[in-house]
Amino acid sequence: MLEIKQMAAGYGNITALKGIDLFIPQGSIVSLIGANGAGKTTTMKTIMGLIKPNSGQVTFEGKDITGLAPYKIVSQGISLVPEGRSILAGMTVLENLEMGAYQRNDSNIQVDIHKIFKRFPILEERKQQFGGTLSGGQQQMLAMGRALMARPKLLLLDEPSMGLAPLVVADIFKVIQEINGEGTTVLLVEQNVRQALKVAHYAYVMETGRIVLEGKAADLVHDPKIMDAYLGGSRAG
Amino acid sequence: MLWQQVVNGLTLGSTYALIALGYTLIFGVLNIVNMAHGEIFMFGAFVALMLVTTFKVNLLVAMAGAALAGAVLGYLLEVTALRPLRKRAVSHMAPLISTIGVSIFLESLALNLFGAQSQSFPPMFSGKLLDFGLFQISVIQVVILAISVGLMLVLKFWLDRTKMGKSIRATSENIDTAAILGVNTQRVITITVMLASGLGAVAGVLVGLAFNAVEPTMGIPMGFKGLAVLILGGLGNITGAMVGGLLLGIAEVFSVAYGASSYREAVAFGLIMVLLFLRPQGLFGSPGNGGR
Repeated sequence: MLEIKQMAAGYGNITALKGIDLFIPQGSIVSLIGANGAGKTTTMKTIMGLIKPNSGQVTFEGKDITGLAPYKIVSQGISLVPEGRSILAGMTVLENLEMGAYQRNDSNIQVDIHKIFKRFPILEERKQQFGGTLSGGQQQMLAMGRALMARPKLLLLDEPSMGLAPLVVADIFKVIQEINGEGTTVLLVEQNVRQALKVAHYAYVMETGRIVLEGKAADLVHDPKIMDAYLGGSRAG
Repeated sequence: MLWQQVVNGLTLGSTYALIALGYTLIFGVLNIVNMAHGEIFMFGAFVALMLVTTFKVNLLVAMAGAALAGAVLGYLLEVTALRPLRKRAVSHMAPLISTIGVSIFLESLALNLFGAQSQSFPPMFSGKLLDFGLFQISVIQVVILAISVGLMLVLKFWLDRTKMGKSIRATSENIDTAAILGVNTQRVITITVMLASGLGAVAGVLVGLAFNAVEPTMGIPMGFKGLAVLILGGLGNITGAMVGGLLLGIAEVFSVAYGASSYREAVAFGLIMVLLFLRPQGLFGSPGNGGR
């Protein structure tokens, strides 16, 4: 569905991505794991058009979307839930959701808002409150709901569990699987490697701007290198 | 006497508010101060004056013409002085300098086109005063208040309720977030600069009417006042600009009425400084995010 070939990108003089290849098959959950500064967020931002790549190519459903403006990427059917959620703090919960449907003109927007409220009932209770007044977990729900309002084919989730209580994290991962079950392809960036590998079908491991390892998530969980680096060691001593 | 000053202050303040809204809207989406806003305001006044004196149209049509001319100038400003700098990663001071360049150009152009001497609108409504007992108000004042308050209410409603308005608010809050939600932020910026300049041009007409003077240098002091209100109300805050403008107008009128007429601007700006000591984020800005 989405294919990245030899993509390099950076900020000013800093090269954050040094030529990565990545493939996301339709209907799957693909996870991108790695430490801070490995280039995960940069990968997301470059797919989304927020950063222009220095070289390489991004194809989505066979179309070259490299370097398009973000709003054109959205109209292709890709939505991003950014790191830190980026809730519009001065707009109400309802307005945030409406903004998610910005490019839609169909008559099902209200139906979809209702669906989001059914999935996250707390958002309906708070729908007239400003986005900035929500707790971290509620903001994550709102950010996901808002991205879903665009009816994306591919959903990019950047660190959805960051800073959330364990119970909320479990909820969020459950929802990610539900969304995927309804037919949305997901690219998931996570530092919570254990959880990420549990829900993902396939995973890529990044280190300092390169992909160093890839494989089926089920296999990676048992890979000693992953165990040591990200899962707190496989054996004592 | 008191009520009379309040009415005069509100009339003057409503024009300040309208000017400040232009600064606020542009600051919101671009995080820059548009130093050419005062000169677009001045051009608006001249366009309306020409329409009234040369083409004998009525005042409302002249204002619409000024707004249109302002929007066109805003478009040219965006295309020539703002957009080229946005494409490259230049210093954030660069647009400040480029808009100062545009302001100097517009002022010189006005000097050449219209001459340096102060001109005035032909007498309208024969200077009639309406007497309400507590205060008197001239028809011109009523027109100024009605137009500026009316425009502000329409703008507030438009920003709150329409899809376009919401996309401007989203872009002001965070341009990247707006972009990933599918907003064409480039287009939003262009529309915002045109809208702000159109409002500034109408404010120019109203101030030209209020002081019965239109001249090429009229944009400079007004520009400073608009800037002061931008900061007073809280950077990028729409409601703040409206209330701040009215407060500045009232403060100025009161300092004239109660014996400090040669210090009217010093008193007004002094008050703003005191207020900012007490509330550094401005009247309506929230603390911690640079007054927005």
